[in-house]
Amino acid sequence: MEKFEKLSGIAAPMPMINIDTDMIIPKQFLKTIKRSGLGVNLFDEMRYDDDGNEIPDFVLNKPQYRETQILIAGDNFGCGSSREHAPWAIKDFGIRCVIAPSFADIFYNNCFKNGILPIALPQEQVDILMKEAEKGANARVEVDLEAQTVSTSDGEVFAFEVDAFKKHCLLEGLDDIGLTMEKAASIDAFETKAEQTRPWV
Amino acid sequence: MSPKTLYDKIWDAHVAHEADDGTCLLYIDRHLVHEVTSPQAFEGLRMTNRTVRAPDKTIAVPDHNVPTTLDRANAATMTEDSRIQVEALDKNAKDFGIHYYPVSDVRQGIVHIVGPEQGWTLPGMTVVCGDSHTATHGAFGALAHGIGTSEVEHVLATQTLIQRKGKNMKVEITGKLRPGVTAKDITLSVIGVTGTAGGTGYVIEYCGEAIRDLSMEGRMTVCNMAIEGGARAGLIAPDEKTFEYCMGRPHAPKGAQWEAALAWWKTLYSDDDAHWDKVVTLKGEDIAPVVTWGTSPEDVLPITANVPSASDFTGGKVDAAQRSLDYMGLTPGTPLSDVEIDTVFIGSCTNGRIEDLRAAAAILKGKKVKDGIRAMIVPGSGLVRAQAEEEGLADIFKEAGFEWRLAGCSMCLAMNPDQLSPGERCAATSNRNFEGRQGRGGRTHLMSPAMAAAAAITGKLTDVREMM
Ligand code: SF4
Repeated sequence: MEKFEKLSGIAAPMPMINIDTDMIIPKQFLKTIKRSGLGVNLFDEMRYDDDGNEIPDFVLNKPQYRETQILIAGDNFGCGSSREHAPWAIKDFGIRCVIAPSFADIFYNNCFKNGILPIALPQEQVDILMKEAEKGANARVEVDLEAQTVSTSDGEVFAFEVDAFKKHCLLEGLDDIGLTMEKAASIDAFETKAEQTRPWV
Repeated sequence: MSPKTLYDKIWDAHVAHEADDGTCLLYIDRHLVHEVTSPQAFEGLRMTNRTVRAPDKTIAVPDHNVPTTLDRANAATMTEDSRIQVEALDKNAKDFGIHYYPVSDVRQGIVHIVGPEQGWTLPGMTVVCGDSHTATHGAFGALAHGIGTSEVEHVLATQTLIQRKGKNMKVEITGKLRPGVTAKDITLSVIGVTGTAGGTGYVIEYCGEAIRDLSMEGRMTVCNMAIEGGARAGLIAPDEKTFEYCMGRPHAPKGAQWEAALAWWKTLYSDDDAHWDKVVTLKGEDIAPVVTWGTSPEDVLPITANVPSASDFTGGKVDAAQRSLDYMGLTPGTPLSDVEIDTVFIGSCTNGRIEDLRAAAAILKGKKVKDGIRAMIVPGSGLVRAQAEEEGLADIFKEAGFEWRLAGCSMCLAMNPDQLSPGERCAATSNRNFEGRQGRGGRTHLMSPAMAAAAAITGKLTDVREMM
């Protein structure tokens, strides 16, 4: 997995609540058997018209946001299905960090498995970042995972929380499965015991 | 011993390893797999030379993008990319030696209907699937999570999931339901109260008289939509109804093992003085037959209400409601029962079981679908379909003018050819009314099977109580 340490980039404002995974990547793009190549279809139905032409008003189509690396959004981002195609599409587009007042649980977890940092901040702070993002390419937002801070170009700094284990894996780019396999003895022991206590499983 | 909730008990029985910081490896008893969220996971195993750790606990079935038309054995009914996904599952199931129900098998169906039907889902288990509606299995008192594809790969390789314990939330439905009110109305009404983020970080246990009174199928409908309330899992404590449902299923224990299992299952309930982080209580008699009006499952109103206006809301919901109203093409103040529909879809893992079909048939018997309305019934599994035919329900549907399909997810997410066109308005028994969910520009109103059947007859959103 790609490491995430620090990021300084353009932030795009998406001030909508309940941005669901069907919006992030509609189902017609779930028919792939690969993880890559979904970036062009990120937010497909908001981004393109029925003929496949870009809708100029959509934020990621605007010239100043085409290189967006950070998304600032409303409450409950990523609600809906468990499709990991959502973080794959976000990452493939080039976005490495999403900041919102809250996230849906499965999406939040899926981000960490794909080198994306989801940051939950209080509404007032997200509002400030949203304003900042509206300035477009003139304002770069800085994210420092080690220090757990988000900074605006005006020098405002917000601290965020992140689970220590998830942080460690993201900073080091660690593969979860490899880490779990190091604990194979515990899993073996659990299975042996469960065969006694719950043999029907 | 300190008092525990049902969630605490199942959790404690499955922790294979706990790190100092509280991160746990949760052992997984059943892993259900379907064609859309698994190909990348199997590819990951191949690339790293890993195997499936517990193939005997891993069950696969294609459901999301298989056609549901009667001619689906003909490969030409599938698009190229759908066919590749299903073929990939065929191959992965064979290569890795996992249980498999191919499209040609009468037991094929929606993964969350097949699991319980075959006795794979049992009380006290941990169940995962790369699909958010895995919450369905919570109806058995099983801790059931939806997971992403990386986690699918993790469970395939290690039979565990890296987890931190969630918080406990109790949703109690007291008293009795009124006539015409169903499990679907309960679960939608709860989301109407808590909002789609109300359950985030929690595992919900549904309890109370109205829940106890539900059949196992009704309980599955309730738990199915725990995810729409933001909770990763919903639970209902197992009882005699649960045990009776499980007994004799193909993969349920038998003989002495059954007795041993039963003894443990009977300990699976929340202790009286257990701690709840959040409690929500609804009175059963206050719940009405409901429909959704907007594009979030929390946009729930009794069928007797009017379309709201954006100014009825506060905060971020004002803009969201306006966007919903525009998308849905609805005018504030219109009685919901005046809203005309084009299409009716009865099916999905929320409402595609035999009792759902019986409820629809009870309304449709001797009636006709209104002229010009497209109506389809998609049973949740091949076995549900066979049973409906045996009971004569299929004849009622066909005589009424419904299409009678083969099993699959179908128009619930419209990955197969069953889709809405832009502006087409659908009365649906599925679980998501998101923009574009049933087809680009399609407009979805969620409701119970009886309500959807009533809408098919009148061509409008309809209060089913007027037809009973
Ligand atoms: S029926 Fe719908 S919600 Fe259920 S598993 Fe299929 S697509 Fe998902």
